[in-house]
Amino acid sequence: MHNSDPLIPKVGTITDVRIDTPDVKTFRVLTPDGKKAFDHMPGQCAMLSIPGVGEAMFSITSSPTNTEYMEFSIKKCGCVTEWLHQAEVGQQITIRGPYGKPFPVDTVFRGQDMLFIAGGIGLAPLRSVINYCRHYRDQYGKIDIVYGSRSKDDLVDYKEIIDEWCNDDGINVHLTIDNPQEGWDGHVGFVPNYVKELGFSTDKTAILCGPPIMIKFTLQGLVDLGFEKTQIYTTMELKMKCGVGKCGRCNIGAKYVCKDGPVFRCDEIDELPDEY
Amino acid sequence: MQRVTRDVLVQKAISLLSAGTVDRVLGWKAGEFSYDVTPYVFKDAEALKADFVFDDFCGANFSKYLVKECGKSEGKVLVFLKPCDTYSFNQLLTEHRFDREKVYAVGIPCDGMADITKIREKAEGISEITAEGDGFCVKTLYDGDVKLTKEEALAERCLNCKSQKHVAYDELLGEEGEVIDSGRFTGVEALEAMTPDERFAFWKGELSRCIRCNACRDVCPACTCEKCVFDNPKSGVENKAIADSFEEKMFHIIRAFHVAGRCTDCGECSRVCPQNIPLHLLNRKFIKDINGFYGDYQAGEEAYSRAPLVNYTTEDIEPADAVKKGDGENA
Amino acid sequence: MRKISMDSLSALFEAISGTMPLFLPVDGKEGASYKKWEPGTEYSKALNTNKSAKDFFFPQVENMMAFKTEGKNIEVLDLKEDVGPFAIFGVRACDLASFSILDRVFLSDPVDSFYKARRDNAVIISVACSRPQETCFCSAFSIDAAAPGGDVECVMADGMVYLEAKTEKGEAFLKNLEAVTEASDERAAEAEQAKIRERIEKLPLANLSTDAFGGGKTMEYFNNPLWDELSANCLGCGTCTFVCPTCQCYDIKDYNTGKGVQRFRCWDSCMYSDFTKMAHGNIRNSQKERFRQRFMHKLVYFPENNEGIFGCVGCGRCLAKCPISMNIVKVMKTLGGADNA
Repeated sequence: MHNSDPLIPKVGTITDVRIDTPDVKTFRVLTPDGKKAFDHMPGQCAMLSIPGVGEAMFSITSSPTNTEYMEFSIKKCGCVTEWLHQAEVGQQITIRGPYGKPFPVDTVFRGQDMLFIAGGIGLAPLRSVINYCRHYRDQYGKIDIVYGSRSKDDLVDYKEIIDEWCNDDGINVHLTIDNPQEGWDGHVGFVPNYVKELGFSTDKTAILCGPPIMIKFTLQGLVDLGFEKTQIYTTMELKMKCGVGKCGRCNIGAKYVCKDGPVFRCDEIDELPDEY
Repeated sequence: MQRVTRDVLVQKAISLLSAGTVDRVLGWKAGEFSYDVTPYVFKDAEALKADFVFDDFCGANFSKYLVKECGKSEGKVLVFLKPCDTYSFNQLLTEHRFDREKVYAVGIPCDGMADITKIREKAEGISEITAEGDGFCVKTLYDGDVKLTKEEALAERCLNCKSQKHVAYDELLGEEGEVIDSGRFTGVEALEAMTPDERFAFWKGELSRCIRCNACRDVCPACTCEKCVFDNPKSGVENKAIADSFEEKMFHIIRAFHVAGRCTDCGECSRVCPQNIPLHLLNRKFIKDINGFYGDYQAGEEAYSRAPLVNYTTEDIEPADAVKKGDGENA
Repeated sequence: MRKISMDSLSALFEAISGTMPLFLPVDGKEGASYKKWEPGTEYSKALNTNKSAKDFFFPQVENMMAFKTEGKNIEVLDLKEDVGPFAIFGVRACDLASFSILDRVFLSDPVDSFYKARRDNAVIISVACSRPQETCFCSAFSIDAAAPGGDVECVMADGMVYLEAKTEKGEAFLKNLEAVTEASDERAAEAEQAKIRERIEKLPLANLSTDAFGGGKTMEYFNNPLWDELSANCLGCGTCTFVCPTCQCYDIKDYNTGKGVQRFRCWDSCMYSDFTKMAHGNIRNSQKERFRQRFMHKLVYFPENNEGIFGCVGCGRCLAKCPISMNIVKVMKTLGGADNA
């Protein structure tokens, strides 16, 4: 009949489920006729739902340059995510989007040296940007990726990081885990401290994503290293229902995270009230 | 029953503050108009002198506020309690909902509070309301002075007042009153006289107006759960969710069951309902039935008393007899 | 301009009802509320309805879609109802102004098609407020209760109703009513409008000022210590939000009917504890934060995003309905400082 309202979703089929960590799985989603549900840009999100369970917003983990499918790396933490974690290949869900403002990958980021800093599931939105930059490699400068998690087992997309990112020219991957662990000969320590230890030059654009406490300390660390907040981007996450700036709950001051975000430049966040 | 004046209350509050007996005063703050007083915590004499009010619109029952207020400071809070408020006060004590040691309760006589919704039915564009003789004089913007009798202006709960006696206080101002043999069950009897179909139609009409604002629950002194089931998104019966009209009815009936035996009949639920639903009738039906089944019992009359519904005796009515008795009364 | 005598209003209503369903304020136990006109239905004399008129376009609850699930498969069924033309008589200036505020939310990109369908199909007949009440403060938001607008604007004076078309839709609508109305000049209506404006100037809240508020003032007010005492005794109920003509926050929820899942939208309230609650926390844990959100939204955030237009129309419902008589006027006077003393 209508099928025209932004709140009415499409059907999506889970075509692959990858176990990333004990509490993170990556789901590949296609429409029933085998296409991507819609096009997006890095940093944008989608509303996934299971009828009768609920609808929730997730960042799209795959890069737009992946023309075959979309992926979502999802950590088990609430009703919808718990249900998704027991879903099998072939299960249908609903999907609508894309939502939010993406990272300025084709404007501000062009020609820049990029510094990606992620903690835990915070890699999910960054993976989309990282793979976009890898795809258009000549458009971007040197790429540094600092990624940390509680343990080796909690590193999301570990295989892709090791097999692909680490083998690319001009990409330096710096992994760290919170505590020493058998079979891990890499760096041990929290992300903010590791960033300080690595001591990056300030001629880069930095993108932060992770738990609020990690963002807070890493941001301060970068500022201490001499970065301007205008050089640093991050993403925000608040409760959302509509995704289109109307249901009224994801605002921070006059900004709605669903449509004015989720990507914010850190100096913009300073202009917002402390309610996130 | 002579009401004490606002000035007496202000003086009492200031003397208790300056003596260090209390460090703050829970009272009524004057609003924009004659009738829109707001519960307010006064901290000093200046604020009391400027904004404290006690008049015909101080209906708010402060007992429930003590649950939150007692946690805010190490000192005592002064609370003014009307007779009906003291029943809620005792009931909350019985349920261990606030620290008695942190409260200084001053009982104040009450001869009934006005109901602005009722007054609005008789007078539009209200510029001032003053007590006059046994009734009220309402100055209006367009119709001159409108005189209202007590019956026309007082809240239903006050016209059917159950008690002018304070059942709890540290200090009493003015005269003590008596428990009143009120006609408060007349409304319930009228409902009982209906056929089940008529009664269903009555409640359907009343409850279908519910907008699930939850004001009745939020104001109710018997509703002090730390987390209400209706605020739990996982309950399937969450606050604003109206999946069908039946749910609204269930909300009020579940709530009435939950407060049964604990409801003191303070009437705050009906006072705050923005849709004028006579919610107190549900609670009064329970009170009337409990009286009939177990003998007269008034929740809050005595602190720490054992209510019939939480006290088993061998004389308790058998469930089957209760059903019969209920049916018999309703026939 | 057309006119009809107050005594013949039922003939007007009957004529309208002949072409489309007509809704108008009718007295009931809760005060006045909008009901569908049927022969014998009496138009309420109350100044305004107990609940606002937003329900016509943004109902408290509406089913949006259903899901048919079979094994792992899902089918999405659109439940949007086809809406036909309907008329609303008796909308006051404040509620009418609230529609343009709601439009800014629901009709901005991406358009909410559920809202739009109803909005497009409505013919709105406003009525000027001959007797504004003590709780009215629409003039603070530059709303003229003497000339509310809409598709057709009515002014009632000396036992007559004067009707003037304000839009093309209104012109066509009035043309259809020529059999029951007669032509009139503007004098009587204009004289009444002048009187109304005099009455408005004398209202107790006539001098309420919005000057202290508006976009760009987030940081000026957000950390104001006065929020603590303003919100201290807020019950956290949703009365103010639900009777408010401009509050439009909503929730989307699923309901298992036993025969399948329906997804519905219902009013939500920023006053509720779970409004911003997520699996891993809540950004507004105290009632102060929730209370602040409601008023900041109306007085600062909304104007910031909407060319200075405030998210309040001064209808006064929250003044009449709040269980503790805390409301936007008290907030404006407390926070607004000298401007509003």
